[in-house]
Amino acid sequence: MKSSVITFPGSNCDRDMDVALKKFGFKNKMVWHADAELPKSDLVVLPGGFSYGDYLRCGSMASKSKIMQSVINFANSGGMVMGICNGFQILVETGLVPGVLLRNKYLEFICKNVFVKINNKQNKYFKSVNNEVLEFHIAHNEGNYFCTQDQLKEIEDNNQIAINYCDENGKIEDQFNPNGSIKNIAGIFNKEKNVLGMMPHPERMIDTSLSGEDGSLFFKNLIKNLK
Amino acid sequence: MKISVIITLKKDVLDPQGKVIHQTLDGMGFEDLNEVRQGKYFEIDTKETDNDKAKAKVEEMCKKLLANLVIENYKIIDPK
Repeated sequence: MKSSVITFPGSNCDRDMDVALKKFGFKNKMVWHADAELPKSDLVVLPGGFSYGDYLRCGSMASKSKIMQSVINFANSGGMVMGICNGFQILVETGLVPGVLLRNKYLEFICKNVFVKINNKQNKYFKSVNNEVLEFHIAHNEGNYFCTQDQLKEIEDNNQIAINYCDENGKIEDQFNPNGSIKNIAGIFNKEKNVLGMMPHPERMIDTSLSGEDGSLFFKNLIKNLK
Repeated sequence: MKISVIITLKKDVLDPQGKVIHQTLDGMGFEDLNEVRQGKYFEIDTKETDNDKAKAKVEEMCKKLLANLVIENYKIIDPK
């Protein structure tokens, strides 16, 4: 399976993602934002970081960079595109997934482990993950997912919510919501479920000596589903 | 020609920064405030000399980059 990780000026989770993808069997290529052509890929990842210094709105500049037109075309033709953290912010700015990510409700940069509940397994990202709840890491200042009431209705009608913040038992409540996001949303799909944007970093949970193993579960499963 | 643009958050979008500024102003003794909302201001200097054309271009910029219409409104100030 071939993957591509896009590096924008200010990306800082691109190499972590490269390590994670290779560890679980992807042949990964790093792609510079100013390139026009996307290498042949089964998965494209927009990594975390602070592309363009988060100027104007997080992800807004990166969403207009040269490579993104190829990424948008790839996504629109059914290609798998995953945006993590700043990558999620870039995805919402392209319009590939609905909504926006606002400043965290309590104005703090949050860096900690959280639990997320998988809401929809009818897709290549979460199909046949045995766990209902995963422990991932978040590190962001703008993760407060917001959308209009009409968008929310559409998202719910199409079962586009991927994961919600919860406690270790999968209970989705306000008190387990780190950033104030609508309905505890931590990640969403596009309508067709080939594009996933999420705030948590699975690539930070792939080594027992450093962290947990739930990211390993995610990547092992992902490559299996893509084959 | 210089054109100014003001971007504001839509009414029902939470503005935590505005809220904190409001609280701070409150603490400084400015107690009669109902609300403070924070926005953005742009000054765009363009080579275009036709007023209407310049405004139309800036409007396109607002829609495509400067504002995110899910949460923000934009207002173009007439060039002087």
